[in-house]
Order: sequence, then structure tokens, then C-alpha cells
Amino acid sequence: MADVTMTVWRGDPSGGAFSDYVMPSVEGEVVLDVLHRIQAGPAPDLACRWNCKAGKCGSCSAEINGRPALMCMTRMDELPAGEPVVVAPMRTFPVIRDLVTDVSFNYTMARQVPPLAPRAADAPDGTFRMMQVDVTRGQEFRKCIECFMCQDVCHVIRDHEENKERFAGPRMFIRYMELESHPLDTNDRRELLRQRMGLGMCNITKCCTEVCPEHIKITDNAIIPLKERVVDASYDPVAWLGRKILRRTKRSAAEAAADAPAVVAPTSADGPTATATPGVTAAS
Amino acid sequence: MSDHESHDFDVIVIGAGGAGLRAAIEAKERGLRTALVCKSLLGKAHTVMAEGGAAAAMGNVWSEDNWQVHFRDTMRGGKMLNNWRMAQLHAQEAPERIYELERWGALFDRTADGRILQRDFGGHRYARLAHVGDRTGLELIRTLQQRAVAIGIEVFMECKVLRLLKDADGRVSAAVGYWRPSGEFVIFTAKAFVLATGSIGKSWQYTSNSWESTGDGHAMAAWAGADMIDMEFVQFHPTGMVWPLSVRGILVTEGVRGDGGVLRNSEGKRFMFDYIPPMFAAETADSEEEGDRWYEDHLNNRRPPELLPRDEVARSINSEVKGGRGSPHGGVFLDIASRRSPEYIRRRLPSMYHQFKELAGVDITAVPMEVGPTCHYAMGGIRVDADTEATTVPGLFAAGEVSGGMHGANRLGGNSLSDLLVFGRRAGTAAADFAEGRRGSPTVSDSEVEAVFAEATAPLERTDGESPYDIQHDLQETMQQLVGIIRTESELASALGELDKLDERSAAMAVSGPRTYNPGWNLATDLPAMLTVSRLTTKGAIARRESRGGHTRDDYPSPDPEFETLNLVQRVRPDGEFTLDPEPIPPMPAELRALFEEDTH
Repeated sequence: MADVTMTVWRGDPSGGAFSDYVMPSVEGEVVLDVLHRIQAGPAPDLACRWNCKAGKCGSCSAEINGRPALMCMTRMDELPAGEPVVVAPMRTFPVIRDLVTDVSFNYTMARQVPPLAPRAADAPDGTFRMMQVDVTRGQEFRKCIECFMCQDVCHVIRDHEENKERFAGPRMFIRYMELESHPLDTNDRRELLRQRMGLGMCNITKCCTEVCPEHIKITDNAIIPLKERVVDASYDPVAWLGRKILRRTKRSAAEAAADAPAVVAPTSADGPTATATPGVTAAS
Repeated sequence: MSDHESHDFDVIVIGAGGAGLRAAIEAKERGLRTALVCKSLLGKAHTVMAEGGAAAAMGNVWSEDNWQVHFRDTMRGGKMLNNWRMAQLHAQEAPERIYELERWGALFDRTADGRILQRDFGGHRYARLAHVGDRTGLELIRTLQQRAVAIGIEVFMECKVLRLLKDADGRVSAAVGYWRPSGEFVIFTAKAFVLATGSIGKSWQYTSNSWESTGDGHAMAAWAGADMIDMEFVQFHPTGMVWPLSVRGILVTEGVRGDGGVLRNSEGKRFMFDYIPPMFAAETADSEEEGDRWYEDHLNNRRPPELLPRDEVARSINSEVKGGRGSPHGGVFLDIASRRSPEYIRRRLPSMYHQFKELAGVDITAVPMEVGPTCHYAMGGIRVDADTEATTVPGLFAAGEVSGGMHGANRLGGNSLSDLLVFGRRAGTAAADFAEGRRGSPTVSDSEVEAVFAEATAPLERTDGESPYDIQHDLQETMQQLVGIIRTESELASALGELDKLDERSAAMAVSGPRTYNPGWNLATDLPAMLTVSRLTTKGAIARRESRGGHTRDDYPSPDPEFETLNLVQRVRPDGEFTLDPEPIPPMPAELRALFEEDTH
């Protein structure tokens, strides 16, 4: 049986280095299986997160051969044969130990999302009526398993620690878009997105979409429509005048409901510039 | 005393799956200082793995459905061993718990008229499972997680709780644990505690459970003196993946069968028609044609035998494989490819499609899956009061899989997610009541705290000793081979002997490395709980000399009417001895009993 070489980053906040582990190759294994065999053998204290081992919980994110991936869904036989498999922690988050990083940034940003504010019930028994076509878009975003690989790969924060103060990141943008397109919601989060969540800092390079293990079209279906909504709210002179006259800062329930079918951005292979929206400024 | 951090709350909930989250939400909304403590990151608990749906008799697809029918299905699925009051409350309250999730943002799949769609599942007479494709657990945990965050519940993540400590009056007063990232100790004092720690499946070799399912809550309750009931009942889900070996045990949702998938052996035969038990014969189709018609017309046809309760299907698959009619990798075939269009399969079962495609290189829209039984769920657990989820230890409540009684001898698919919601909420209410009524600050003894610290760090201080991974491996092999799906007296007795040896070995194990995020050390601190629950399961299995639900004895192959009225109650005495006493199940009131005397369809 052939061997595989796993080149795994070991270390803590004070520093670290890659260590090689040569393990027998086993048919059908994923990267996480080999790490588990390393733990059960040469390195019982090798730190990594995992839970479901089936791509459903988003715990085992790492950078495999330089690319963010779930270790439980990356098959060894799909990696280049005969070459070492390099496994490193996600770079955007501070290392705790080995492959485990401090992802609390994401939880901090999640706490700042204004929650769903549902409209009044549709039926006397207090239940709602929503059509499948109206929930399908929100369901796409709710597939998110919070692996945080979209956050990891986002250059706004990957190389700019200082931006974390004012940038929610792709994971949170799909949460915002989910709420914006939720048939029951009456909250308006557009000013928050513009002023404090750094929506404008995204210059739609689509790196987040590329790494999403759930294949959520983060850029096309969430970030670009959000940018359009924010632009409409902030820069549309007619809307501005309407707000002045009517002194309304929130949409009514009826408006929110009418607004439900989300704007679908072009999904063709347009370059980032082709889909750029007026009012968007690049971050870096 | 050694350095440690401490926190004080009114209510502490241990475990942040569905039950823990729901309990914490309730206590917090009552205005109590409430915190959640969980072993992984928030949102990663095992609830996220639930696929098919949450059972609730909303009657959105079949208006004939109601709580009485759901109650009856649940009791029959549990082989009448369920705590009838829990089964009743569950069936009555599940619909409101589902609608509540919708108000909190959940987006379930819809019917044509815009209501929550419901799907068919084994043992349920009507299509009853609210769902989102085949990722319902994710929807449920995310909805509850977002609600918990929105109302400001404090969450202590990646914290392993080792022990519960009581005050001089015998009330639980503290939970002692450590932070996994730093390895530092922490003490949580509170007026009331809710255990919602989930399963025990990690003691078996092939399981759908994650590393977290080490029975922490079961063991901590037992060590604190709580009654444990019916620990012998362990559900082997009929359909886990069998190949490649590295994914063996990963769940394949019952929704595949609910949506039209059938089981075939190596001869291509739908073998489930050969295994219809008398209890379900009146309501099960006896021809393929009738079974196929049932999907469209439930009222004039009987359900296909692939949708019998899980215990029946798992045993049947086991028999086919043992009879030499299995698939190449030791399972049977689950075929939906030849029965439904690729578009339908991808829409209804997206994560199954994804899982087989990426992990096994199998396209389930084109070829059958290979599946076999996998250790999935503990029906037994901490004995609780049906209305309050109070355990027999004051100040301690339990909800979800860690509690026992609700599911009797076998749980129906879909009843777990609704169980979490119904009893999580009830536990939160009762814990809040208890906390409000409790006088004085909770106190703990320093020497007991020190003893917990010392036990936890002992493996780190030994320089030579066995690796906890080797002990875990041997434990899993023992439980798989000797306390698996089919059991017999002599094997169970030898399992007890093996557990004695494993206890001794774990008392001498050694761990290297620091305390900061050290999985070897973390496993060493999980092993005492794994060994305790394994012993409870084995002892219960020896004492129950009959076959019923999730407990099958080769040497006592039939159900015994005498055992039908008995819970096997186990306790761990302060000196560490285990005791077992059969105790009668409270009788069902006449109006509920009458539900079983009416038409049996």
C-alpha cells in the first residue's frame, strides 16, 4: 500500500511550523480521516475541529494545498497523487492551536444582525401563508453551514485585520439578504449595512462564492442585490424625497411583502467590473 | 484552591442542540439570568445532522391527522413502553412549537396553498414531518441559535463539563468543567441546571453520531444519583452509509424511503415484504402495487413495508446480510433512482445527493445506494417527570435525547426534532420555576471541586500509560460486537468483563502535550462517561430478557407481556456500584387506552 505525506501546520499564537506525517494510504478516505489516524497514532494532541464528518456542520474548515476546504469533504484520491498534502489553519482568524482558529469575529458580527420582525399573521389561528417561490431564495441562504470559509477567503479582512471592526463579511451578507428577502420581515437594515457593516467595501471578486461548500451564489444572489437595495435607499432622489415628505424610515409590512421576490443579478461569467453597481467603492 | 474562573447564573443549560437552545430561550424569556454551555462552537451540535423533518400533527397535507393519531403512532412505534404522558404532551404541543419556529424565521418547504409542507416517514400514518429538503436539523438549530442570540442569552462555547456538584441539601449547585481552547478550569454555579447533552453513540464503532456524543449528560446525571431508565434501548438506524469504510455509519435519511425509495437485496427483491410483523400487518401493504399506490392515496391503500418503524427495518436488513443476500460492501440496496426522476431526487434530497456524490462517488439519481444499520439514538436516558422534565435529583432537569421515556423501546423518525422543542421548552419553564423558588446562593465544597480537577488532569501527569485513542477503539469494538443490534446473554456478559478491563486501563492512561486544545486530553476526559453509559446499556440489556423495539435478544426472540409494563431503572450509588430495579410503568388512563381499541386501519 502506498503512503501519503501529510504536511500539517503545528503551532500556537507564538508561532509554529509545518510537520510531516507519513501515513499508509487507505481507499476512500478524506483528509479528516488521515488526521484522525495521526491523532490516534503519532500526534494525539494534534488540534482540529470536527463534528458531523458529512459536510453538514461546517466545523472542519482548513486550507488544503492553499485552498479553503472542508477536511471531511476533501477526498484524498482527488488531490495530486504522490505529492504531500499541505494542511494549514484558516489564515484570516487568529490561531488557537494547530488547525484550530479563533472564529469569534463571526459570532460578534452575528450578534449585530437585527433579527426578523414578522408581520401580522395571515390566518385567524396565528399561522402564515408563504408560497414556495417566495421562500426559495431565503432557503438558499439558510443552507449556510457557517464553515466561515467565505470569511476566510475575503480579501477585505484576510489581509486587513483593521477592517474587521467595520465589515460583516460574506457570511453575514447572506444572512442580511435572507432577512431582506424574507416574506415575513418588516425590519429595514439598509442603512446599517451601508454605514456599519461595510457592504461597500466588497468589490465583488466572488472569491467567497467560489469556496462555498453549499454552492450558495453569495455574490450574485446576496451581495449584489443588497448593494442595489442600499443604493436605492440612499441615493435614489425620488425615494429620498418620499422619505422627506412622509417622514418614514421603515418600510410598511405591505411594502416589505411586495418587495419579497429578490432581484436576481446576472449569473453569467461577467467579470467583477461588468456587474459593478454605482456607488460601490473598492476597499483595497 | 487551584486557579479557576467562575460564573453564577439562575439557570445553566448544558448542551446547545435543539433541546438546550429551546430550554435556554424559555428561561431567558422568563427574565432569568440564563447561560448555555456547549462542547463545540454554537450551531455545530448534533441536531444539525437531523435530515428528514420534525413530526407534528398539523394536518396540512392530510386533514385527517390529529394529535390522537400521532400519539397512537408514537406509542405503537415505541412498543407501548413509552411514558404515555410524554407521548401525549409531545403529540399535542408539537404543532405550536413548529409554528413558533416560523415566527422566529424558519423557512419550511410549503404546500401549494402556502402552508408548511409535511412528508411521509416510517411509522407515521399520515405525512407529518415539517421539513426543509433533507436539511431540517440545520434549519431548526439555526432558527433557535439566531433566536437565542437575538434575546441575549450568554453562550459559553467549547467548554467541556466534567461533573455536577450538589450542595449539602442534595440540590445540584454547580457544573465543573474546562475551556477546550485554553484547558483552564471553570465553575458554573446556578439555581437550576438543564441537561441537554444528546446521545451516547460514540461508544459504538459504526454510528451516525459525532465525537460529541459521549453520553456526558447521561453519565453526569447518573453520578449525581439520578434514576436512569431503559438504557438497553439503542436505536440502530436502518440506513447508514456502508462504503467507503471511512464514512461507514453516516446517516442516510428515512426521507429517501418516505419519498419513494425501496430496499432491495442482491437478488433485486423488495425483501421487506417478508418481514411484516403481526402488530403492523393490518396497516402494511402486502403487494408492491398497493405500496406504490399509497404514495398518492393514503386513504385507500396501506403503507409499504419499507416504512415500518426503524427497529423492524434495521433487523430485516441485518437478516438479509447475514443470509448472504447483501450488497458488495455488506449492506443492502436503497433504490430511489429507478423510481423517481433525477430532478425530483435532487430537489427533495439535495444533501443526500451531495453526500453520496462527494464521499462515495455514487450518483443516487442513477444507481442504488448501499446502506446498512448504524448506531443512531438512545431511547433510554435520565428518568424525568413528564410535565416538568425534572430528574430525581433536585435542581436538575433534562430534555431531548439525554432524557428517557418519551420514545419507549423505539423512536419514530421525525419525533426527535419535535421532542427537542416540546420538552426543551417545558424544561426551561420548570427550571425557571425551580430557580425562582430556590432560596440562598448555591454552594459547593472546595474539596469536591479539587477532586474533579485532579481526576481530569491525572492522565496529563502520567508519563507512561496507554493512549485514550486505543481505549476508545477497543470500547467501540466491544460495544459494536457484543452489545450491537442483536444481543445474547453470553456476549453481554463478556462485554461486562471487557468493560471492567477498560475501566482499569482508562484509570492508567497517559496523555501528552499541553492542556490547550488537546484532543487526546479531551478524549481522556470523555472516556469515563463513555464507559459509564456503556455499562448502563449492557446491564439493562442483560436484565431485559425479551426482544422489543431497539433491544433484540437472540436468546429471547419475542416480546414478553410482563416486560411491557416495566421500566428498568438503574442507579449509580455513591460508592460506584450500579443497581438495577424493574419498576412498573404508570398505567395509561382509559380515554387514551381507548385510542388503541378503535379501528387499527
